[in-house]
Amino acid sequence: MDLDNLIQRFQKKDTVAFEALYDMYAENICGVINVILKDPERSQELCQDVFVKIWSKSDQYDTSKGRFFTWILNIARNAAIDELRSKSHKNQKKNLPVDSLVGIYENSEDLNGKIDTIGLQSLLKGLKDKCILLIDLLYFKGFTQKEAAKELKTPIGTIKTRIRSCISEIRKNMA
Amino acid sequence: MDVKAYIASGILELYVAGALSPEENLEVQHYALQYPEVKSEIEAIEKSILELTRTTSPKLSKDSFKTVRAQLDDVIQFKPEASERKTPWGNYMGWAASILLAVGLIGVYLQNNQLKTEIEITNQEKENLEQILSTTQEKVIDKEALLQQLRAKNITVVALGGQAVSPDSYAKAYWNREESKVIIDAQGLPEPPPGYAYQVWSLKLTPLTPTSIGLLEDFATDESKLFALSNPNESEAFGITLEPEGGSETPTLEQLYTLGAVGP
Repeated sequence: MDLDNLIQRFQKKDTVAFEALYDMYAENICGVINVILKDPERSQELCQDVFVKIWSKSDQYDTSKGRFFTWILNIARNAAIDELRSKSHKNQKKNLPVDSLVGIYENSEDLNGKIDTIGLQSLLKGLKDKCILLIDLLYFKGFTQKEAAKELKTPIGTIKTRIRSCISEIRKNMA
Repeated sequence: MDVKAYIASGILELYVAGALSPEENLEVQHYALQYPEVKSEIEAIEKSILELTRTTSPKLSKDSFKTVRAQLDDVIQFKPEASERKTPWGNYMGWAASILLAVGLIGVYLQNNQLKTEIEITNQEKENLEQILSTTQEKVIDKEALLQQLRAKNITVVALGGQAVSPDSYAKAYWNREESKVIIDAQGLPEPPPGYAYQVWSLKLTPLTPTSIGLLEDFATDESKLFALSNPNESEAFGITLEPEGGSETPTLEQLYTLGAVGP
């Protein structure tokens, strides 16, 4: 099934098309939420809430927002970060941890058996910490190029070239 | 355009991450439509991210969509009603708030004006009181100076008694010989009729020689009825006559109101 066609039908509130999109992306969206929350059960609940939200916002998607996946990725990140903020507020922790993905990669015992640790490690094999950190900021935390440059104290041009080489390494690991 | 360089720049990785501005997004989409290499590169990048995010998923059950599906109908029916209902409330609240604000502002404006008027009135009153105070102070100074003169050591006091034309009249002359000044206290004289004025005379008795030493000018308006005149003469008596305004060369004796001799 053609992706563009599915999206058009989804925007016309076609539940069949929406289910097809859910099947395509649900694991990814829940994976992103899980990296942020590090809580598999809560992540599943929030993930379902996020898809209900995506359904209710279907008319707001247009191509100026980028890829369809990028758009739902953004909704999921925001929901998870909001959740974490309200939770960390209760725990009186002010800042979001910026090293979620690095932590999961290096010490995934907490989530062992609940995520595909082997798959993750084989994808990130050979990647430097600063690469994993940059992937975390840009894909899992939704930082802009500018915000990532500020966070890592790196020139803004470096962010672009670095993410290119980091993602290329993952693509080599996939091959 | 150098498609290879564009792909190598890393902009497509940022595009998939959602890290670009809406303008940059449109630019990338424009090139993706124009160059199939760009489009396939975007898909390859997205695929790697999908692969990565799949590994961290808490592994969903096969029928996990059912829970989501159960909530979708509520979303469809609820939404349009909710958005219609919302708008007027926002409007009403906005208007109500605006009206309240306007009423409040008018109130403050009126109150402010009222206060300004009150301040002006108070300022005016303060000025008036200051004026009164200053006039009173001047009067006190004048009277003190006068009293000082009347109490001076060398003053000769002459009582002037009423004469035939006005037996109840009286006056006093305070004569400072050294300073050649005389102060006439005319409190006991009636107000002169219009067109007339009192004239004060210094008299030598043998032979009777009157010398005018001045008029009691503005008699009616002078509250203290005290008049300072210059008197360089060797006076033996003082007399006051009623004369036509401007005074006369010689006293009109029929109109002699008061007279008194200087004591030895």
